[in-house]
Amino acid sequence: MTAAAPDPKANMGQPVPRYDAAAKVTGRATYGSDMPLDNPAYAFLVTSAIARGRINSFDLHDAKNVRGVIDIVTHENAPKLKESKLFSNGGYAGTTIQPLKSADIAHDGEIIAVVVAESYEAAREAANRVKVSYSAATPSASFDSPGTTKAAAKGQNAQFKEDPQVGDFAKAFEEAEVKVTASYDTPTQHHNPMELFSTSCAWMGDNLVIYEPSQYVYGLKNGVAEQLGIDADKVRVVNPYVGGGFGSRGSMTPRTAIIAGIAKRLNRPIKLVPTRDQGFTIATYRAETRHEIKLGAGRDGKLVALRHEGAEVSSRADAYCVGGTKTTARLYACPNVDSLVSIVRADRNTPGFMRSPPEVPYLFALESAMDELAVKLNMDPVELRRVNDTTNEPIGGKPYTSRSLMACFDEAAKAFGWSQRSAAPKSMSDGDWLIGYGCAATCYPTQMAPAAARVRLQRDGRTRVEIAGHEIGTGAYTILAQTAAERLGVPLEKVAVFVGDSDLPPGPVAGGSNSTASTCSAVMMVCDQIRQRLFKAVMPGDTLTDKAKETIGLSQAPTTQAAKGDRPLDIEKAFDALGAGVVEEYGEWKPDGAPLDSFKAMHSGHVRIVGGAAMKDKIAYAFGAEFVEVRVNRYTHEIRAPRLVGAFAAGRIMNPRTTRSQLMGGLIWGMSSALLEATEIDERTARYVNDNFADYLVPVNADVPGVEVILLSEQDDHINPAGAKGLGELANVGTNAAICNAIYHATGQRIRKLPVRLENIEV
Amino acid sequence: MRPFSYQRATDPGMAVQALSAAAAANNPLTQANAQPLAGGTTLIDLMKLDVMRPAAIVDINPLARGWSAIDPGADNLRLGALAKMSDVAAHDQIQRSYPVIANSLKLAASAQLRNMATLGGNVMQRTRCSYFRDVSYENCNKRNPGSGCAAMDGVNRMHAVLGTSDQCIATYPGDFAQALIALDATVEITGRSGTRGMPFAELHKAPGNTPEIETALQPGELISAFVIPGRWPRSVYLKARDRQSYEFALSSAAVALDVQDGTIRDARVALGGVATVPWRAREAEALLRGQRFDDGLAQRVADTAFADAKGRQYNSFKIALGKRVVARALQQAATMEI
Ligand SMILES: Cc1cc2nc3c(=O)[nH]c(=O)nc-3n(C[C@H](O)[C@H](O)[C@H](O)COP(=O)(O)OP(=O)(O)OC[C@H]3O[C@@H](n4cnc5c(N)ncnc54)[C@H](O)[C@@H]3O)c2cc1C
Ligand code: SF4
Repeated sequence: MTAAAPDPKANMGQPVPRYDAAAKVTGRATYGSDMPLDNPAYAFLVTSAIARGRINSFDLHDAKNVRGVIDIVTHENAPKLKESKLFSNGGYAGTTIQPLKSADIAHDGEIIAVVVAESYEAAREAANRVKVSYSAATPSASFDSPGTTKAAAKGQNAQFKEDPQVGDFAKAFEEAEVKVTASYDTPTQHHNPMELFSTSCAWMGDNLVIYEPSQYVYGLKNGVAEQLGIDADKVRVVNPYVGGGFGSRGSMTPRTAIIAGIAKRLNRPIKLVPTRDQGFTIATYRAETRHEIKLGAGRDGKLVALRHEGAEVSSRADAYCVGGTKTTARLYACPNVDSLVSIVRADRNTPGFMRSPPEVPYLFALESAMDELAVKLNMDPVELRRVNDTTNEPIGGKPYTSRSLMACFDEAAKAFGWSQRSAAPKSMSDGDWLIGYGCAATCYPTQMAPAAARVRLQRDGRTRVEIAGHEIGTGAYTILAQTAAERLGVPLEKVAVFVGDSDLPPGPVAGGSNSTASTCSAVMMVCDQIRQRLFKAVMPGDTLTDKAKETIGLSQAPTTQAAKGDRPLDIEKAFDALGAGVVEEYGEWKPDGAPLDSFKAMHSGHVRIVGGAAMKDKIAYAFGAEFVEVRVNRYTHEIRAPRLVGAFAAGRIMNPRTTRSQLMGGLIWGMSSALLEATEIDERTARYVNDNFADYLVPVNADVPGVEVILLSEQDDHINPAGAKGLGELANVGTNAAICNAIYHATGQRIRKLPVRLENIEV
Repeated sequence: MRPFSYQRATDPGMAVQALSAAAAANNPLTQANAQPLAGGTTLIDLMKLDVMRPAAIVDINPLARGWSAIDPGADNLRLGALAKMSDVAAHDQIQRSYPVIANSLKLAASAQLRNMATLGGNVMQRTRCSYFRDVSYENCNKRNPGSGCAAMDGVNRMHAVLGTSDQCIATYPGDFAQALIALDATVEITGRSGTRGMPFAELHKAPGNTPEIETALQPGELISAFVIPGRWPRSVYLKARDRQSYEFALSSAAVALDVQDGTIRDARVALGGVATVPWRAREAEALLRGQRFDDGLAQRVADTAFADAKGRQYNSFKIALGKRVVARALQQAATMEI
């Protein structure tokens, strides 16, 4: 065992090394823009310098004179594309703002021209020489800008179905013995995955191949086909590796169909690699949010009333919202709950999914307020969570399929040394540094989506697993290989996995942390089909008991007789009996409660995700508890978080190594979100100002000297065949509040606006 | 980036010649047609961003043989302009006799950048003002003289509170320069008529009405070395920043004290992250001379250093922060073991 590969506990797989580790560290892994193209032309984007208004004219004279320029595409000559609906309205797009359609400009950094040239350098130089004359109108930047409109989310956004409510909040709050009312703010953030928002398009006759980092190859394939007005079967999206996604590549951006259209017109493959700063405006982001929380409790700490009101910014065109009240209204036992989510429309690009979209902002508010309540009650914050722990969610009374929240608190508290904390604020220090300890709960809904897989087993045990899942860095290859190896009883090194290609059987979007549960459940089912066929060949007429169906494996070891029990089957004998060299099975799996049209939707690039709080008779979440130590410098007020400790329980842990890595990355991102990350918006122009890695801060190694991840054993038989709860988005949720709670403990100062910077501290 | 010619200068005369030949008479240095290339960590960045558009690049790295020496003498320190930040920061004698220099370099940028970047390039680095570095903003007097200043009422958290004008409030971002100005360094300049010395304090120009003029260097002139008189073992560089490494100062102080028998004989205070140019707090440091150190005195020095500071919407915090940084740096210098 090493720290990177924790020993498996009960209901955990082996911490095998990553399937793609060698390819990645040796540079052999090919990302979208690495794919070789035959005689490509290079595209460079020109984006708008205003957030609202019109283009009067272009002066392309200098740009066209750059040697090697082939074409400059603007709204005046752009290929005509069909509109695409927002994904939440049954479409594929992350925005319905379609650039190059007219002279109108709807947000900062909208694509207004595409320069195509013989080289990247020429395209970039020419793009720099494009001159644009604008008629600018005054844009509304954000919440406080004149000209925004605000309305309830319900009714505007098809995916936001309810403002959860139960009991009589107003009365209960009025009568509560102890009350907290507080407002919280979270900032605009951008994903900034390492791989840029590149797109390469190559046509072969009527067939289009797209190389692009995507978290949903089926969605992109169908979406681009729709925009181009061609048959989806003629479009193929390929991306065996995605250099980070974090939600930014879950829905289609306008660039892809534009590049495909230009490639068609020029009859030449085109490669686009936008810049880092363009990534801030040509894709999505996490919009800023505001919250008001009201908590009422008895002296014993039991919640009697909870109200969560949230407001979120979206674009003029689209009513995107994350609506995290579905989680915060249900996290604790509380008989009287009220909530409301509103959307504020501004002159911005449309926001979208970003790692734990609803939970990050909404749990920051709730878990900060819980800490404020603990202070008012003079109660240990861990005990406050214990008093309000529940087996059933309060809105509909549905049972949690499993819930290890308090076990996580206890394990993490022990590892962290919570008992060493002296409860009074400002009571711990070390030289120049004030020390604070803080904690918060974290959680993420357990979600599943329909998925199909094809598995082929050869007589010599070699196995091929095919599914249009996505390797976004999480370990998809590795756990798919483990799943097949385990299920078929073949050695891991004999399993080859293929993902990231829309010619493979459809997998779901790599979003909502549903991938492991969905793709592994599908692969397990298809492996079982193979076992079934082989078993039948060896013992025709014999029927398998249910138990045997589950436990029977295949083995290379010769066995005299495969019995009805759980003895392994001799794989070579089975193949002989079948009279075949290869068995291949295809199957489509869907989770309980998935709608009737699930499989049809799956093939046309629409996901039918089920789970979380949206299930009929149960509710499924993964839980964790996070503890942090912050240090605040007495003189400079610099804030550092030298220790982050999290304990997590998420059903079956497929691979403790890849799991730890996800959770560790989540804790670090959570810290980053609390202390560093914010996209600054110029209020006058509604433009992003710090749109680069020098100014948009993320942590460096020196900021994270200590991160500890503890995995708890948990078995949940009510979620999916794989028994797995998604955990890719679990760890970065609680950290925001844990850090603010620790800052309160260090300084006595409650900070309710993220990120917390040294100027916010008054010691 | 735009096409440019590239030339390697193999001796100083050739570099000066190449740089002067391409220079148009009335362009300020920042907009000169020809630019010297040292480590390239500022210049290449700004060329990619289309902020700097030189037609000719003169690579001065071949001059390193003569221009990169680190030479601690008995009564002064000479540093070649092409010495790498990392080499100077790691130098034993500099760490012992000039901790303010070693730490100003060690706390700057990242290990990779320090391995590339040179001392000459470092002092010539340009502001990190986001509006300056993004050419899609029209209004930047420094980049586009007479166009206005987008930062004045924009996102100006990182901007300066000292030495500003109504034309420009961009911060001078470097760290090392505060050590140089504090220690009364001389900068050695090589040009057409040979080599001359200039007080480092005269190298940078406050923005005034001409923010596009940043230094006293003329096109065709190169920094060849820095000379630091004396030895300053009791010296400190304190830097406050948003993250623990790889980040510019929100506020920093370079402090050097000469204390004998408890009395401060000489004192130097320079400020970083808060001013438009490397900033020497002369009036403030004068309060220390002849005094015995105590916290009250440190506080008065800090208050004086920021007496003329002017904050804008998002950067006013730098005034209070800067004072605490100065006071703490003085405490550290006064109490350090040497
Ligand atoms: C992400 C990032 C973070 C950074 N953080 C910090 C920080 O925290 N603190 C800090 O101090 N710096 C920081 N820097 C700046 C860095 O230190 C400078 O870019 C570097 O020191 C410049 O040196 P160079 O040799 O690469 O200069 P170059 O880029 O080669 O040159 C810079 C400028 O000086 C001119 N020039 C170069 N040499 C000479 C010479 N001998 N005479 C006259 N003119 C010359 C060039 O023409 C050019 O205009 C950071 C930079 C980056 C990119
Ligand atoms: S502060 Fe100076 S550099 Fe920044 S926008 Fe204003 S004029 Fe330009």
